[in-house]
Amino acid sequence: MKLITHNMLTSKCLKGVMTGYPLAINATDIKVTEVDFNPEFITRVIPKLDWEVLWAAANSIGHGEGLPKTLEPKYEENEDLLKKLHRVLLEVEVEEGNLTCPESGRQFPISKGIPNMLLTEAEVQ
Amino acid sequence: MSALMKLKTLQSHLESLSGFTDPKVQYEQYETPAHLAATALYTIQTQFDSIENSIVLDAGCGPGIWGIGAALLGASFVTAVDIDENALDVFRENVDEMEITNIDAIQCDFLDSRVGQWEGYYDTVLMNPPFGTKNNSGIDMQFLRMGTYLSCDSVYSLHKSSTRKHIEKKVKDWGMKGSVIAEMKFNISQTYRFHKQHSCNIAVDVWRVYHHY
Repeated sequence: MKLITHNMLTSKCLKGVMTGYPLAINATDIKVTEVDFNPEFITRVIPKLDWEVLWAAANSIGHGEGLPKTLEPKYEENEDLLKKLHRVLLEVEVEEGNLTCPESGRQFPISKGIPNMLLTEAEVQ
Repeated sequence: MSALMKLKTLQSHLESLSGFTDPKVQYEQYETPAHLAATALYTIQTQFDSIENSIVLDAGCGPGIWGIGAALLGASFVTAVDIDENALDVFRENVDEMEITNIDAIQCDFLDSRVGQWEGYYDTVLMNPPFGTKNNSGIDMQFLRMGTYLSCDSVYSLHKSSTRKHIEKKVKDWGMKGSVIAEMKFNISQTYRFHKQHSCNIAVDVWRVYHHY
């Protein structure tokens, strides 16, 4: 699971959960894979992100270094920032661990890099 | 519009992918044939410019032929979702084998949109939904509808040609536009024991359903 994916995941499908966002990450295995740098894509995806959640998630797994807490204007001209963001969004991957719903404490396992967001019928609202 | 590789090259890459190891009838897991996927993806790119530099969702990815094909044609990023763990194991194997790195998967029920804050996130949603012939009538339309919520541009989806009139009406009801961009033959080989014939051809349409603002 890359952090770009984590940035959109919620547990609001759970019965009684209002927003279920963001999910806390507990990572037991993290890998860093090289991905081709595509600055146009990073620039395009920034408006789709919840920046604070990304910043907190990256720091919670020890990969937030150099990522500013708030996004400055004209980020598209800041190649250094785009490269850092590229790394955090696409190259850092949680291989094993789990995600925790901030409201219910329900855990979603991450196994071999894929988060399992399936619920039982009884858990769905 | 041009494509990053020739159709033949794309097809041969897709032919090299592994298929379902343990197909489950309740999910109607039929493999999308490589020839069909390659031709559809190539058309989607060259006629509608919907793959290269696009953010793509492969909904109900199975072994990942659409998502991997999209990545090969230069998609910026691909999300793949499937409900079935075994299918995702094969997906992972295929992604590793093809050395594709700008792709990520989620195990979830695609019809439950609430696992993600992803309405309108994707430029392009690709799917070969269950045809809804196994006591799950209408599931193909539920997939298509969900796809339209998650895309900001187009959904490309495979449907039996026999449902064309029905889809035309639904797309209109949803206030969207759509048309059949290719007609193909889906060769379903004997995947399950209830298949009496060795293989059969089903006429399918590749639909493009899109928002018009």
